[in-house]
Amino acid sequence: MFRRLHDAPQRAVHVTIDGCDALARAGESVAALLLVDGVRATRVSAVSGAPRAPYCMMGVCFECLVTIDGVGNRQGCLVQVADGMRIETQRTRREAGK
Amino acid sequence: MPTVPEYDIAVVGGGLLGSAIAYGLARIGQRVAVLDEGDRATRASRGNFALVWVQSKGLGMPEYAGWTIRSSNAYAAFARELTQETGIDVSFERPGGFHLALSEREMEARELQLRRLHNQPGIVDYETKMLGAAEIRRMLPDIGPDVVGGSYCPLDGHVNSQQLLRAFHIALKQQGAHYLPSHKVDAIEMRDGMFALVTPKGEVRAGKIVLAAGNANMHLAPMVGLHAPMRPERGQILVTERVQPFLRHPVVTIRQTNEGSVMIGDSKEEGTRDTDMTMGVNAVMADRAARMFPKLGRLNIVRTWTAIRVMTEDGFPVYEQSTSCPGAFVACCHSGVTLAANHALTLAPMIANGALDQAMLGAFTARRFHVPQTA
Repeated sequence: MFRRLHDAPQRAVHVTIDGCDALARAGESVAALLLVDGVRATRVSAVSGAPRAPYCMMGVCFECLVTIDGVGNRQGCLVQVADGMRIETQRTRREAGK
Repeated sequence: MPTVPEYDIAVVGGGLLGSAIAYGLARIGQRVAVLDEGDRATRASRGNFALVWVQSKGLGMPEYAGWTIRSSNAYAAFARELTQETGIDVSFERPGGFHLALSEREMEARELQLRRLHNQPGIVDYETKMLGAAEIRRMLPDIGPDVVGGSYCPLDGHVNSQQLLRAFHIALKQQGAHYLPSHKVDAIEMRDGMFALVTPKGEVRAGKIVLAAGNANMHLAPMVGLHAPMRPERGQILVTERVQPFLRHPVVTIRQTNEGSVMIGDSKEEGTRDTDMTMGVNAVMADRAARMFPKLGRLNIVRTWTAIRVMTEDGFPVYEQSTSCPGAFVACCHSGVTLAANHALTLAPMIANGALDQAMLGAFTARRFHVPQTA
């Protein structure tokens, strides 16, 4: 669905998404990577359990929450990819104290 | 030629208080205008904590306890009516609420306060009881070891106050009321037996007026021979990320919203500038919240804000009609959320009829500020 623009080529960055290797580009946000990688739902709502995906891409809507390097509910659109980064979609409802 | 009044009633203030009154007037067929400030207004209705709260209300004025309970009891049906009319779910719930104590001293202070409240002549029973930590844990399994006990009132609840304000405004529009933003009232004049409200956007005329402009009532009330002594008070609020619902009952300082966020609040400061957050106050609020519910200590705070409470000098509401300018009413109260049902269903019809029921609202006259208390 989403494609990268053919801008100047950036350095490749190696990350994992839900345990699978993925190739990102330097400077890219985690949310952009997930969209381009074809991930449809990046988390589920904490209350209703409904699937959600990145929306505003500028830090406002909090829809793109994902677990990054073991830390839950980070805003994927505000975090740049880095080599070795572990990105996990949130398939269960976020709980307090976990 | 006599001027035809443009509106039966003009309500000054489009926050929760003014909107509730205006809605109450419109739903019984009054032609209503709501004059509001613009987006930059200091608006308590956007910063509040959204409790529909009964326990603790009325120490020093037992009538306030009765007035509060009346609204709490009317709320569920009122919220349903609003939802039916507007399609907006205001998420009202009344699961009962807690006031938690983190030390024996806090527990004793709480017990004493409730005893003084209950011992007042003419007080209505509002079923608040002191509970030990073990009993509280059965209802709030996530309390921490520092909680020694607290008080519980089955009448306490909460609502989504942002949706409530939105629902009022949608309902007002549907009922044909006119919402007039950027109409800050600079002066009020009496002309041809009518009120003329002077604003930068022109004049609005009405047969009656209701001043519901929060702390600004202080300046507006004297224009029509009324008195509204206000004492603005600052409060700060922390909001966490959204999590799976775990807090079944609101606590006076902590509640989980219908959307999963946990709000931490209830700081009180007087005489401070309105725009600043203060780390010290936030740290104490966060620390106390995490001692009450250790789970909260691991949550991210995603928003903080400060807002100015609407507060009369003694903290109790003022409802009054002017004797020198009949038809001019003033309404001031801190609890615009809790009392919303009363304002729409009970107060508005009285205003439409041109007289406040003294048996019900007589205690809320601002004359109490003039008369020296007898020993």
